[in-house]
Amino acid sequence: MEQAISIQAPDLAALFPQWAIPDPRAGYQGYLVQPDHLVELVTKIRDELGYDYLTSLTGVDYIEDGKLEVVYHFNRTVGGPGLVVKTQAPRDNPIIPSVTPIYPGAEFQEREAYDLVGIRFQGHPVLRRILTWEGFYGHPLQKDWKEPFYEEEAKPFKSRWPGGVAVRAEDNNPFGDNVQYPAGFNPEEWVPEGDEALYKAMRRLHGIDPDMETDRMIINLGPAHPSTHGVFRMVVLLDGETIVDLKPMIGYLHRNHEKIGERNTWLQNMPFTDRLDYVSSMSNNFGYALAVEQLMGIKPPERAEYIRVMMAELTRIISHLIAIGFLGNDLGVFFTPVLYCLEERELILDIFEAVSGSRMMCNYFRFGGVARDLPEGILEKVKSLVYDRLPRKIDDIDRYMTKNEVVRLRTEGVGVLTAEQAIRNSASGPVLRASGVPYDLRRAAPYSIYDRFEFDVCTRNHGDSYDRYLLRLDEIRQSLRILEQVLRDIPDGPVMTGKPQYQIKVPPGESYGRVEGPKGELGYYVVSNGKPNPYRYHVRPPSFINLTSLADMCKGMKIADVVVILGSIDIVLGEVDR
Amino acid sequence: MENPNINQPGYEIPPDIQNQVAVTTLDRVYNWCRRNSVWPMMFGLACCAIEMIGMAASRFDSGRFGMEVMRPSPRQADVMIVSGTVTKKMIPQIVRLYNQMGEPKYVVAMGACASGGGPFKEGYTVVAGVDRFIPVDVYIPGCPPTPQALLNGLIAIQKKIDNEPIKGSRWYSKEPALEIPVPILGPDLIDPRKIGLIKEVCMQKAASSASDSLPDEKDQSQSSAGSQAG
Repeated sequence: MEQAISIQAPDLAALFPQWAIPDPRAGYQGYLVQPDHLVELVTKIRDELGYDYLTSLTGVDYIEDGKLEVVYHFNRTVGGPGLVVKTQAPRDNPIIPSVTPIYPGAEFQEREAYDLVGIRFQGHPVLRRILTWEGFYGHPLQKDWKEPFYEEEAKPFKSRWPGGVAVRAEDNNPFGDNVQYPAGFNPEEWVPEGDEALYKAMRRLHGIDPDMETDRMIINLGPAHPSTHGVFRMVVLLDGETIVDLKPMIGYLHRNHEKIGERNTWLQNMPFTDRLDYVSSMSNNFGYALAVEQLMGIKPPERAEYIRVMMAELTRIISHLIAIGFLGNDLGVFFTPVLYCLEERELILDIFEAVSGSRMMCNYFRFGGVARDLPEGILEKVKSLVYDRLPRKIDDIDRYMTKNEVVRLRTEGVGVLTAEQAIRNSASGPVLRASGVPYDLRRAAPYSIYDRFEFDVCTRNHGDSYDRYLLRLDEIRQSLRILEQVLRDIPDGPVMTGKPQYQIKVPPGESYGRVEGPKGELGYYVVSNGKPNPYRYHVRPPSFINLTSLADMCKGMKIADVVVILGSIDIVLGEVDR
Repeated sequence: MENPNINQPGYEIPPDIQNQVAVTTLDRVYNWCRRNSVWPMMFGLACCAIEMIGMAASRFDSGRFGMEVMRPSPRQADVMIVSGTVTKKMIPQIVRLYNQMGEPKYVVAMGACASGGGPFKEGYTVVAGVDRFIPVDVYIPGCPPTPQALLNGLIAIQKKIDNEPIKGSRWYSKEPALEIPVPILGPDLIDPRKIGLIKEVCMQKAASSASDSLPDEKDQSQSSAGSQAG
């Protein structure tokens, strides 16, 4: 770009006074825009202000004002401050223009906002439900929508505390199960919508007579498929063996993270974040802790910061090892590379178990620090891993796999994503950086103490599956470099600001905390109204948004490559579906 | 694996053929073979699946018990490890997979979610335990259970196999296996076995709230508008 981009965030209210006003609510940032001007303004934000990256898009239900709000977070891939734009529509007719034509990365996020919050995006190419199923009853994240096992608006429930009487939720439900139906619903007359509509739409989109049998074939992969990394389903339209179109179908692990998160107290959400991306629970803790700390205006003490970075980088190593190992599985080297990777993973899990008490679901971070100090002798263990064992083992894996003929033949040039496509589709993490975009939040918007460490932002330039694999190896090495500096500099001292407390006070307002998780940018958008529970709790899941690029990567490839491409994106379904 | 009871048929073996001839019962030797090649279905649902892989990996090595052969096809599997949260969108698939497994078949509910909904029980698309639809043999507590706990659960399956007589087992009788009806996705999950109850309750609700049914009607209209937009 020719003119230098200013480091200051632009003042939209000064630039476009007729369209945007600063958000007047206390504790809120960003600008309010009328839906009528949204498309014009967003186009200008992208083309004139250089905000080429739509980070996050989500809906919030402000039931007292009778409004549904959509919150957009924009960023520049060259770094610098973000830009928050909001637009509101009345609850009884929530129509907002879609920004998918401008930022294709909004496609899945808008579908999610439609599915869960009930906002209808005008101009969206396929506004279907994404996490629940077609025909589901209501929009769950609307504040007046109640789940079948609804007990109270917020925890702790009065029946449990202080009274201490637990009632089985099933006993209060007329069906004795976790279900509810609209009044007058007759199950005998119900015709499931099924997937026929989707199949027909796919055929029609590609100019095939939907009712005629042709050589174009629709194949379902998943949700129970050995190489879809969980309960992921793809609907693939094939011409012979070549992929013409692909639609990811998700929601098979949708376990209502956000609805449960709004009933929970702030601290109760911490263990739930572990279960988002379940191979990197410490990173998930990190993002949520940062978001809430921003709202509370506290900072953890030095030692806690170092411990946090140490845990986050160890987590990154685990996650990348698993990604590399399972890529081998997808290539057909069944379970041999995985066993090498899992061996190292077990050693890191031992450290996690020692510090937090649990192998996988660590629940270790707290607002203002970490739950407890490192036990004795654990630093020595980490040292021997970081200085001695892991570098050797990473070199081993590198030697076994990188020059392997099968690995190269099956991954080089497979699933290419160009830099432009990656930015447009809001890809993040290794998927973005393997396409040649050096965007790493640890550098672009340093959080915690990442500005103190020396490390390189790894990039690769071809954007194919092989580069994504190589990039993960590079990143493991950089993580080891950061860990060496952490181990060198870690100070003594307290690990918690103030007293550990069960019920924290969070001032009203909103905040967006983000970290560079192993899979990409993991963001938490939280809204507080001063009560003990979050008013809105939204996760910006990197795996979910990276999936937007899957169709672009797969078109023109052979069906056998889909599995490899999916493996190279490295999704975790707990995070995709939440 | 060592089975101290395998050649103790319960009657005396003449001293001159002891240590040369093994005498056992058909049940024991047959079950001994079965218990040492329990093939799990390779089918992961959520977080627990990672620990299931950890169990098969080198440190815990389920191969020691003859369980390392993970089969992606239900037709070749003996035990289904339901490893994670069962959602309403997924339960039709799980029931279908269970129906496709050949008998004898066993089900392990791994972790809190599969056993009873776990931390996500209150969620609107979570099935509160897989045993609402398919029969479960072993429940393993934990969130997620450690690989050791999972191995313990699978050893419990082995013990169960040890005590199954060929004569009395249902799957060697002439009656065909009963298929479990596959749930349907409606406005919410519809269990085909409960269709009568659902109809009754919904009609009652419609009748009783005919006068003050505004919120319900609104929800319904929203829902139908949503599906039209889709």
